[in-house]
Amino acid sequence: MKFSLFSLLHQGLTGNQGWQPQWRDPAPKPAYDVIIIGAGGHGLATAYYLAKEHGIRNVAVLEKGWLGGGNTGRNTTIIRSNYLWEESEALYEHSVKLWETLSHELNYNVMYSPRGVMMLAHSVHDVQVTKRHIHANRLAGIDNEWLTPEQAQEFCPILNISRDIRYPILGAALQRRGGVARHDAVAWGYARGADKLGVDIIQNCEVTAIRRDASGCVTGVETTRGPISARRIGVVAAGHTSVVMGMAGIRMPLESFPLQALVSEPVKPLMPCVVMSNTIHAYMSQSDKGELVIGAGTDQYTSYSQTGGLHISQHTLDAICELFPMTRRLRMLRNWGGIVDVTPDRSPIIGRTPVPGLFVNCGWGTGGFKATPGSGHVFAATIAREEPHPIAAPFTLERFTTGRLIDEAAAAAVAH
Amino acid sequence: MLLIRCPWCGMDRPEIEFRHAGAAHITRPGPPDRVSDEEWAAFLYLRDNPKGRVAERWRHVHGCGRFFNAVRDTVTDVFVVTYKAGEPRPPETGPGESQPTEARP
Repeated sequence: MKFSLFSLLHQGLTGNQGWQPQWRDPAPKPAYDVIIIGAGGHGLATAYYLAKEHGIRNVAVLEKGWLGGGNTGRNTTIIRSNYLWEESEALYEHSVKLWETLSHELNYNVMYSPRGVMMLAHSVHDVQVTKRHIHANRLAGIDNEWLTPEQAQEFCPILNISRDIRYPILGAALQRRGGVARHDAVAWGYARGADKLGVDIIQNCEVTAIRRDASGCVTGVETTRGPISARRIGVVAAGHTSVVMGMAGIRMPLESFPLQALVSEPVKPLMPCVVMSNTIHAYMSQSDKGELVIGAGTDQYTSYSQTGGLHISQHTLDAICELFPMTRRLRMLRNWGGIVDVTPDRSPIIGRTPVPGLFVNCGWGTGGFKATPGSGHVFAATIAREEPHPIAAPFTLERFTTGRLIDEAAAAAVAH
Repeated sequence: MLLIRCPWCGMDRPEIEFRHAGAAHITRPGPPDRVSDEEWAAFLYLRDNPKGRVAERWRHVHGCGRFFNAVRDTVTDVFVVTYKAGEPRPPETGPGESQPTEARP
């Protein structure tokens, strides 16, 4: 069913009784051309572009839980491309360009809202680093501009630019094309689009082993719903990538950490943009429901617990209350954690692995949501052609052996 | 917040007194001129990152300041044991599936 003004009117006038499920719930077939492990945004986008752009429609997306139930449903939905290095700029800008037309592409409203992402500078060092980012971005054709504290407050009126706070605001970088999107809708839109093109999305189906033949090539997977054969497997398992890759005997340069977020009670519109502060570990935007969506930092220890220490959220709320004094009496509705897979250079890994037929897309760390369309797009091309897409080429697993790292850790600080 | 027993101080103390210092028992390969790129990559970057019991280093930065090792379950975040730096990993805490562990009294 295509969504349109006509279909909305028709359903509205007939009691909304005619809506159909947006995707099937198929049982797994014995064999597929490609298996994608993980039905989060990145995995579903990969399946969608495999079917749409490469004609590979005999694809299964296997998900141990429910689709979009991991980090896709747990992030703070920020979209931006103001990274420092050219490799990252190309990757994230590719994604932002896809965001701009994604709702139309999928015929599904992902509520992409380019309301501007403002990153604050609190010290002389911050100002220098931020301006370096701005110059680097503009050289790469990516919009980013410097704002004085007064201009920053004009853009976000609830910002406290008083000079006598603990971390006074000395300026800000603004990427106007940055913004937010509706995280669930992204997963649902890609699921619907992929399903329509023939992709089987199989939920409650946990992969327990990766099968290989005598030459080492993958031949399929064992799952909780029986064995499934495929000559090509793409692992898109976020925080659990080390676990899945371990089934094929590959150790990964990854560590999994809890990353927390929280939302306030819903209030009337007060926040017109996204504000991030890497220095004091806080970022905030307002959802269309009115909740303030607040991102905190990672816990210091590795964990798969999908929860984190309360002192991490508290530290973030200290910063939020100082930056936005009018929020001090707001109550928080809920907080949660997601498990993020972090690489040593804080850049993702997209590409082939030492095992023939096995591909991996991981290491998005604390900032994977913004990359969902671009990540799926270049990973699909990598699987289809069995060689890296040009944009994905620098992000290989081999870079940890050759030393050609893409060190965004110092460049982007904690909050990606 | 985790409650961590420092084996040097012999006390359970809150997590904010400690700094996590990565996986434990990683041996630096050598001599350097005979170590291949693959071995360096494995030493520097590759990690087990287990879902289950992990041996890791901690430092009691706001206490005695000393390093020690711990075995912790990464699913429940419960500490199985902490032991002094330089001691081998206790054999009974070997790698294994996550299992419910009684919290220490």
